[in-house]
Amino acid sequence: MGMTVAEKILARAAGLPSVAAGDVVEPKVDLAMSHENAALVINQFLEVFEGTGLEPKIWDPSRVAIIFDHRVPAESPKTATNQKKIREFTAANGIGKFHDIRGDVGGICHQILPEFGYVRPGFVVVGTDSHTTSHGALGAFSFGIGATEMASVWSLGFAVNIEVPETIKVVVTGRFPPFVSAKDLILHVIGTLTAQGANYKVLEFHGETIRKMNTSGRIAICNMSVEAGATSGIVPGDEETVRYLREESGVTDEINCVVPDADARYIRTLEVDVSSLVPQVACPHTVDNVKPITEVLGTKVQQIVIGSCTNGRLDDLAIAADILRGRKVAVGTRMLVFPASGRIFAQAMEKGYVQDFMKAGAVVMNSGCGPCLGVHEGALGDGETALSTTNRNFKGRMGNPKSEVYLCSPAVAAASAITGVITDPRAN
Amino acid sequence: MAKVIIALGNDISTDDIYPGRHMATVLPSETPQFAFSDRTEFNARLWAREFPACRVVVGGENFGCGSSREQACSTLKGYEVTVVAKSISRIFLQNSINLGLKVVLCPAIEASEGDELEITEDRVLNKTTGKAFDQVKMPASRKGIMDAGGLIPYTRTLLKARK
Repeated sequence: MGMTVAEKILARAAGLPSVAAGDVVEPKVDLAMSHENAALVINQFLEVFEGTGLEPKIWDPSRVAIIFDHRVPAESPKTATNQKKIREFTAANGIGKFHDIRGDVGGICHQILPEFGYVRPGFVVVGTDSHTTSHGALGAFSFGIGATEMASVWSLGFAVNIEVPETIKVVVTGRFPPFVSAKDLILHVIGTLTAQGANYKVLEFHGETIRKMNTSGRIAICNMSVEAGATSGIVPGDEETVRYLREESGVTDEINCVVPDADARYIRTLEVDVSSLVPQVACPHTVDNVKPITEVLGTKVQQIVIGSCTNGRLDDLAIAADILRGRKVAVGTRMLVFPASGRIFAQAMEKGYVQDFMKAGAVVMNSGCGPCLGVHEGALGDGETALSTTNRNFKGRMGNPKSEVYLCSPAVAAASAITGVITDPRAN
Repeated sequence: MAKVIIALGNDISTDDIYPGRHMATVLPSETPQFAFSDRTEFNARLWAREFPACRVVVGGENFGCGSSREQACSTLKGYEVTVVAKSISRIFLQNSINLGLKVVLCPAIEASEGDELEITEDRVLNKTTGKAFDQVKMPASRKGIMDAGGLIPYTRTLLKARK
């Protein structure tokens, strides 16, 4: 029986000739990523060693990455103290893949990992963040885990009792119409599958549209695969993966792409033709409450957010800047832009996008998760509505249960910033 | 006997269980104060220890969807809550098993706040309505961790065996 990408990667990592969905394996971990919740991982890690007579020792510090992004710069003494504790721990334990709060090499974890070449096709990646699914964009099997599970990985170097997931094949064909992008595709897929339609399963993306899609778009679709419940979203590695890693991440060593066998077993195939897709919007308060933009046009919004691990990359900022250039953010609406990394911020300055945003009246913030998880920078007032390129719109997500969040592409967000209401960028 | 202290719908997210703004609080001993903190009245009743022992939170489909934040489990474990849900998101279920939060998968569960439940090995009996519902067994892959009392003792055993 042939294997899917996830099965091939897990078989290799578990040292087995083959595995099938449902098998239980203990795959070696190639990369283990955490952000500020490393504070809890450290706590649990030290607890693992208590009473064992063993010195707490990370199995391979070169395979651990810690990136500060959720609350940067710290919004409270508590966060700052957590960050201090993590900073000291990384230094004491030789964790080189540590990205502190910096304008040059800092940024959102799910951007930093690809950007610095930390993820390769065929890797098993675990991260203490549900959007760790992002790294499937580079052909890895990458999934979110809790802090205690990460403490176990730090101790052992493998993940315990992993059930090999079944895979749903998503075949995407057709050419995106103008102002329709990868974000609209994944919102459409989530709306179709529902928030739990891919629970315990992998989404493996295929088709000419995916082959032609750049890595930025692939990160967006794999990032949001978890919103359909998926363990991992995977785009099998190909020429674009190799190009990205060589040209943008500076990877010089061997890259081995993993592709599925021709007779791999999928539990379901979902076919999507994007040539007739219109911009999609996920309405409050669930990500699968997806509607074509035509059904929500004119909805008043007080805050526009462009950024996050989903849509804070250079091409996302480019399309927004193109729409906003020479225009103004509507009075009564505020617009916040969060480039996904320091490098992207610098590129956006070179291209003049940052200037375009600021002249239009948007506020360009430092790289980080920003208001996406409602911790700081951009909380909503009672009764306010946000339109955001981020990945979640759960009640209270932007810090206030008495507010609403709609999710969309950068093009929709930018077009709506000008009018102050949800606006179709195709009508611009 | 266990009492339902709240009956919730589908897709209850970890943002609902433990809002993101409290994520800087990480220690299991400190997280319970923020359980369901946006449901202010329920949170206050939990914190005031108003509910009887043997508390059950009933959820619909996809309970615990969203973030991997483990605080969403430790905050409930702090009240010795049992979660009975129709289905549970992958990361929340794994975190629950890792931390020893009691979770019961019961696809057809029907229960309202105040109902008395009897949870046996393979069924949930709603004593208030007289209806019984089958449980779905936890995957065998998770049994080792459950039997060890959580992932920390389980990992400890593996580490010692390696030595």
